Amino acid sequence: MISLQQVSKKYRTERVETTALDNINLEVGKGEFISIMGPSGCGKSTLLNLMGLLDEPSSGKVAIGGKAIDRYGDRDLARLRNERIGFIFQQFHLVSDLSVVDNVEIPLLYRKMSNKERRRMALAALDRVGLSSRTRHFPTQLSGGQQQRVAIARAIVGNPGVLLADEPTGNLDSQMGDEIMGILEDLNQKEEATIIMVTHDPRMAEKTHRVVRLFDGRQVQ
Amino acid sequence: MIRNYLKVALKVLARRKFFTFISLFGICITLVVLMVVTAILDNALAPHSPETRSDRTLGVYALKMRGPENVQKSEPGYGFLDRYARPLAALPGVERFSIASTSQTAVSFLGGKRIESGLRRTDGEFWQILDFQFLEGGPFTAEAERNAQFVAVINETTRQRFFGGKPALGRTIEVDGQRFRVVGVVRDVPDLRFSSFSDIWVPISTAKSASYKDKWMDSFQALILARGPADLPAIKSEFQARLREAEGHLPDPKNFKTLTGGADTLFEGIVRSNVEELPPGAVRAVMFLLMLLFMLLPTLNLVNINLSRILDRASEIGVRKAFGASSRALVGQFVVENLVLTLIGAVAGLVLASLVLEALNASGLIPYAQLALNFRIFLYGLAMALFFGVLSAVYPAWRMSKLHPVQALRGRSV
Repeated sequence: MISLQQVSKKYRTERVETTALDNINLEVGKGEFISIMGPSGCGKSTLLNLMGLLDEPSSGKVAIGGKAIDRYGDRDLARLRNERIGFIFQQFHLVSDLSVVDNVEIPLLYRKMSNKERRRMALAALDRVGLSSRTRHFPTQLSGGQQQRVAIARAIVGNPGVLLADEPTGNLDSQMGDEIMGILEDLNQKEEATIIMVTHDPRMAEKTHRVVRLFDGRQVQ
Repeated sequence: MIRNYLKVALKVLARRKFFTFISLFGICITLVVLMVVTAILDNALAPHSPETRSDRTLGVYALKMRGPENVQKSEPGYGFLDRYARPLAALPGVERFSIASTSQTAVSFLGGKRIESGLRRTDGEFWQILDFQFLEGGPFTAEAERNAQFVAVINETTRQRFFGGKPALGRTIEVDGQRFRVVGVVRDVPDLRFSSFSDIWVPISTAKSASYKDKWMDSFQALILARGPADLPAIKSEFQARLREAEGHLPDPKNFKTLTGGADTLFEGIVRSNVEELPPGAVRAVMFLLMLLFMLLPTLNLVNINLSRILDRASEIGVRKAFGASSRALVGQFVVENLVLTLIGAVAGLVLASLVLEALNASGLIPYAQLALNFRIFLYGLAMALFFGVLSAVYPAWRMSKLHPVQALRGRSV
């Protein structure tokens, strides 16, 4: 599903060069649920950003669904992100000016479909995460756990196949964290969603199929 | 998609009230000034009663005599117009020709109270070239002018002043010590209509002295009605030939050697009377440039405000990029948002401009002004506002669309 071959990411400034990721090789199969762990600054989020096509590697190849994306332009990458990948962020990143259902509709705005169909899919996604009764609310009117559910609904609304979750439970208490983890496990088991999750929490990582460990930008497990 | 953009646009505008106010204020004031100026120009220059045939009317409004040490500039005199402009009437492209004075202040006393009115002395043809709206009676004839009959056409304000608004036909008014019988009452003509405006119109031949008949420089004008707009160039050219001929007979050849003037349209006449050294084409270009500059200021203001808004919205941009928005889609979104702002400003500008025009009309600042919002002008203004609205959005939108999604999600704008 996602393949990284000898991927490195370096950040250069005028004076120093920092290696964020060094020669990473990783294959993520369809329906897999993997977690990426490691200390702060080890390159977990960078790795997730590369897999989510939000950033480009300095060297190496990233492929999605067997296709290398190194020659893709802005529009092609945007289309690929839209169709194949859903993001869940630690900070939720909901648009505060939009209602819950409008937030969930965002990925569908960049697809050709009727308003009616877009609304139907958004409501179905909200139903899927148990938020049917909060569709007209605004993000600030919701608890942290509810906001993350909205974020999950937004990630799955376009049936992307791959979910990239960057510490999805990091900002939540343990009970809400468990609820969110339950939803992700459910999506993985029932809908065969491929999920790649960055986490600091070993308890959450235990629930995934496989753990990838990073240290100083290198893959150690 | 557009619905979502509109929702966000309105929310963003409501959230940042101060910036929204500054932006709207700039757009609104720009449009108000443009619409008021164009309404005044429209009132002065566009074909309105009584100058409904302005597209085929020329006027000789100003003359300039120049010598080695002397320059004299004024409206032409009857003597000059009669001798050198009247022959234009014989041209095949000329339908009618008239000589009339400009509107001069005349004094009357009513019940011991001094009243000042504008008095214009005209021939009979004047009424055939201009299309006055008569409320009572009609114009005086060429025959009445030839016979020096003491008859007058007055406007409705003069009727109000002299007769309390009651029918004035056949009644007498005394102006500058002369008594005239009212033969017609016309609607008020705005002061801006400088080839027709007055309060009272009487025959030229009723002037107290005949000295006007010899003067080259005085306070008269000639109006030439062509058969069609296509005839105007030939008339202009023939008038220039007449000017060259007149140069050989200048009244004071010692002090003056050249004579300049023209058979002009209303706009050319205004230019010649005020900024003669510039050709009308250049004046038009300068006016257009000034207007552009005037509209550029709020545009730059908007660019600045829009750039500062990027910082606020970095996270949203990051999210949209992550979920599939291309740079193009983001530019589109931002342009739509700016258009919403511009349209709101335009509507506010329309309302404010109509209030300003109403206030101008009521103030009497421009006598008998009938300033009104011209929707054609409003549409031009709106089109320009939209154009600049788009222009002011494109650069900030481009900057916004180039934000790196990872940086944007971290809330950084650069």
